[in-house]
Amino acid sequence: MSVALDVFTVIAIAAGVVFFLAGTVGLLRFPDTLTRLHALTKADNLGLGLIVLGLLPQAQDWQHALKLVLTWLLVLLAGAAASQLIARVAHRAVPPG
Amino acid sequence: MMDAFNIVLAVLVLALAVWTVVARDTFTAVVGFVAYGLLLALVWVQLHGVDIALTEAALGSGLTGALLLGAAQRLRSNERPARRERPGRLTHLVAALVAGSLTAALGIAVLALPDPAPTLAHETAANMGATGVYNPLTAVLLAFRAVDTLLEATVVLFALIGIWSVAPDAAWGGRPGPRHEVDPQGPLAFLARVLAPIGIIVGVYIFWIGADLPGGKFQGAALLAAMWLLAIFAGLADTPRTSHRALRLALIAGPVIFMVVGAAGVLIAGAFLAYPDGLAKPLIVLIEWALFPSLALTLALIVAGPPARAAE
Repeated sequence: MSVALDVFTVIAIAAGVVFFLAGTVGLLRFPDTLTRLHALTKADNLGLGLIVLGLLPQAQDWQHALKLVLTWLLVLLAGAAASQLIARVAHRAVPPG
Repeated sequence: MMDAFNIVLAVLVLALAVWTVVARDTFTAVVGFVAYGLLLALVWVQLHGVDIALTEAALGSGLTGALLLGAAQRLRSNERPARRERPGRLTHLVAALVAGSLTAALGIAVLALPDPAPTLAHETAANMGATGVYNPLTAVLLAFRAVDTLLEATVVLFALIGIWSVAPDAAWGGRPGPRHEVDPQGPLAFLARVLAPIGIIVGVYIFWIGADLPGGKFQGAALLAAMWLLAIFAGLADTPRTSHRALRLALIAGPVIFMVVGAAGVLIAGAFLAYPDGLAKPLIVLIEWALFPSLALTLALIVAGPPARAAE
């Protein structure tokens, strides 16, 4: 059972790292602010989500597991709000068309 | 495995420090500085200095970062002409010489430390029972070296007075900063509504737990200040009139109570800031409770800046 959980942890965290890597590559390579933000949210939301998911079986007790999930939710909230704000500024700065 | 992590962390911190120093653009340098502070907090965690990690993240990186961002914003208009002025060769040489000798002196001082390094940790652990607190850092900050903490709490107050004193005459006593008009349905207002209650609970918790576990008034106060500023920037609240008597009393209450307790120590226990036997814990709690709101207000108003709108 514990081996199965460890394998699950490794797979989930590896998948999370892939999203972080993809997000970072996108941040560096994409042409404009909006697409770069799009790349960043993949790292924030999915990457961190998968890492938290992978860490859950390793938590000492349910309180620690809850803290991990809450951390992810807070990052989601802050990340989404900050992306919206940056996107608004970028959208106003560059006239559409 | 852990060694590899620490080496990567150390290299990253150094690289980011160099990048922050050589960045041409002020805003870029500030962003680098904030990231540098967060990495430094990780370093403190690795050194088991969780108290310092919290302080570094909340004050060193967060609050100072916000201050520097404000400064970068104000400097933006004359950044271009300032960059065109190239300092002369002599200035470069002197700056390099001074910075180089300071680094060398620090390096020699660190390398010259005896092994094992001198420490008061054992004395602290042996005498902690007298203070009634279980976090050795809190024991040091509020019992053994309370005078340092008193000076720290007073110096932020002086910083605020310094900031207020650059207000234009017409705005003296008025409200700091512009009135932020933000879309009440927008993302910032949403973030302020959802995050502020959580941040306030976490801030009070970090303050409360400081007696026994890593945490304390400075870190907790920085979080409360951040939540108040978030509400201000989101247009949900306004900065207070700086001439308000209740506000000014709240600002000085913490340091004043700290000084009164310290002065009472001279009469009762024979030394400034000495606690009478058995009363150490209640007095420490009193000082912490008095400083916490004063610090939160002071830190927030430092970021809010000098009064900018005339008192109505």
